[in-house]
Amino acid sequence: MSDTITMKEKNIQQVSAAQKTMQILVKFFTYAFLILMALIVLFPFYWMIISSLKTLAEYRLNVPTFFPQQIMFSNYAEAFTTASLGQLFYNTMIVGVVSTLLSLVITVLSAFAFARLEFKGRDTMFGLLLATMMIPGELFTITNYATVTQLGWMNTYRVLIIPFLVSVFYIYLLRQNFMQIPNELYLAAKVDGTSDLKYLWKVMVPLSLPTLISITILKMMGSWNSYIWPRLVANDEAHRMITNGLRNAFTETSGDVNYPVQMAAVALVSAPLFLVFVFLRKYIMAGVSRSGIKG
Amino acid sequence: MVDSKQQWKAWLYLAPAIVLLLVFTVWPIINTVRMSLLENYSGLQATAGAQFQFGLGNFLKVVRYRQFTQCLKNTCILCFLTVPISTILALLIAVALNSIKFLQKGLQTIFFLPYVTNSIAIGMVFAAMFNIVGSFYGTENELIVTAGIINNVIEFFGGTHINWINYGSSYAANIFVMVVYIVWNALPFKILVLLGGLQGINKQYYEAAKVDGTPRRRVFTKITVPLLSPMLAYVVITGFIGGFKEYTSIVGIFGETMGPPDAAKRLNTMVGFIYDSLSSNSQGRASAAALILFAIILVVTLINNQVSKKRVHY
Repeated sequence: MSDTITMKEKNIQQVSAAQKTMQILVKFFTYAFLILMALIVLFPFYWMIISSLKTLAEYRLNVPTFFPQQIMFSNYAEAFTTASLGQLFYNTMIVGVVSTLLSLVITVLSAFAFARLEFKGRDTMFGLLLATMMIPGELFTITNYATVTQLGWMNTYRVLIIPFLVSVFYIYLLRQNFMQIPNELYLAAKVDGTSDLKYLWKVMVPLSLPTLISITILKMMGSWNSYIWPRLVANDEAHRMITNGLRNAFTETSGDVNYPVQMAAVALVSAPLFLVFVFLRKYIMAGVSRSGIKG
Repeated sequence: MVDSKQQWKAWLYLAPAIVLLLVFTVWPIINTVRMSLLENYSGLQATAGAQFQFGLGNFLKVVRYRQFTQCLKNTCILCFLTVPISTILALLIAVALNSIKFLQKGLQTIFFLPYVTNSIAIGMVFAAMFNIVGSFYGTENELIVTAGIINNVIEFFGGTHINWINYGSSYAANIFVMVVYIVWNALPFKILVLLGGLQGINKQYYEAAKVDGTPRRRVFTKITVPLLSPMLAYVVITGFIGGFKEYTSIVGIFGETMGPPDAAKRLNTMVGFIYDSLSSNSQGRASAAALILFAIILVVTLINNQVSKKRVHY
C-alpha cells in the first residue's frame, strides 16, 4: 500500500522534473529564436555603419572585416558634398514642415466638423471619404500630374505640398479621438459663450495631443520618404527631395561602386529618422498600431 | 436656428478639405475612368486638339501587352511569396515576444526599427550586401574584388558564391533578394499589430488550458490563432494591398532600371508599368492599368473578407 503511494509520488516528481526541463528548453529556444531574428533585423544597419567608416581598400578586402581598421569620418564629408545633401535636407525640411502644419489645420477643422457639428449628409459624406481610402494612389497621380502641369506648378514647393494636404486617414483618426471627448464640455462652453475656435484650441486640441503628435510624425516621415511624386514633378536642383537626391547621386547599385561613401550618405539620410524614433517611439507605435484598428 | 447656423459653420470648416479633395481626389477618379475609355488617349495630343474615340481598346491593349503580363507576373510572385512568409514569421516572433518578460521591450523596439527607414536608402544597403564588387559585364576578364558579405557567409559555410543582382544574374536570384528585402520591411508592422492582438487576449483562456494540461501546440492552434484571427486577417489584407503596389523597394535595390544591368525592367511591377506609361505620355494606357490594379486590389480584399467571415472568430 505505502509502496504504491511512494511509486506514484515518484512518478509525479519525475513528471514535474520533465516538465521543468521542458519549460527551460522552451524558454531557451524562444530566446535563441528571438535573438537570432533580432540580429538578422539589425544586421543591415550594422553593415551600413561599419561600411561607411571603412576605406575603399578595406571594403574591398576579400575577407571582410567586422570592425573598421581605420575609421574614416571623411567618408561622411565626401558623401555630403557628392550628393549635395545640404540642399536636399533644406528642401525636404521646408516641404515637411509646411505641409505638416497646413495638414494639421485642415485635419483638425474637418475632424471637428465630423465629430461635433450636425449637418445634412454628414454620415454619407464621411462614408464616401472613407471609401476613397480603398483606391490606390497611382490612380490619382495620372490626373494630378496633368493638373499641376496645367496650373504651372512644375518644379515648385507648392506641387510637393498641396496635393497631399488632405489625408482621409488622419481625419478619421482624429475624429475618433474627438468623439471620445464628452459633448457636455462643448455645450458648457457654448453656454459660457466660448467661440468654436477657442474651444477647439483650448479643449479639443490639448485633449487629443497624442493623436496630433502621431499625425505630425507620420506626415513628416511621409515627406522624408516620398519618392515617386517628387521625382515626377520636382526633380530640379532647387526643389529635389532627399530620397530622390540620394537615388540620383548614386545610380549604380551593382558592380564596382564606392560603397563606403554611398553607405555614409545612406546613414546620413537614415539618421534623422532614427533620432525621431528614439525620442518619439511611443507616438509612432501608437499611430501605426491604431491604424490597425480600422480593419 | 442653431441647426442652420451649425450647417454653414460645418461647411466652412470642411471647405479647405473639400476643395482639395475635389481637385486632387474626386476629379482624378472621374478623369481616370474617362481617359481609360478613350482609345489611345494621350495628354500631349489632347492639348494639341486631337479627338479620341470611345472604346475599350486601352484595356485590351494593356492586357495583351507583353510588358504588362511580365509586370503582373512579378507583382503576383512577390505578393504570394512575401505575404505568407512575413505573416508566419511575424506571428512566430509576436508569440515568442509575448511569452517572455526579460528583454521584451528592448527586443520589441529592435523589431520595429525597420519601419522607420527609407526604403530606397536601406534598399541600397541590401544591394551592397548582395553585390559582387567588381562584376559588371559578365565578361571573362572581369575583376571580382570581393564577393560581398552575403556571399562571404555562403562561402564560409562551404557553398559557392551566387550572382544575386549583378550582370547576368538569374531571375530566381533577383526574386530571392527582393523577397528577403520586402519581408524584412514588412515584419515591423505585422509584429506590432499581432503583438497588440496577443496582449489583448484574455489570460483566463490560457489558465483554463493550463488546468486541463493542454499541450502547447493545441493551445497555439485552438486558442491563440482563433482569437488572433481578426488581426491576422487585417495583416494579410493590408499585406496584399501593399504587395500589389510594390515599386520603391525594387528601385531601392536595382535602381530605375528595375532589373540587373543586362535585363532592365525584368522586375518591373504594375505600379512601375503605370508610371512608364505616364512618362511616355500614354495616359489612356496608364489609366486602364491603374483601374485594373484597383480591380485586383478590390477583388483580393473581397475574397479576404469572404474567407475571414467564415474563418475569423470575433
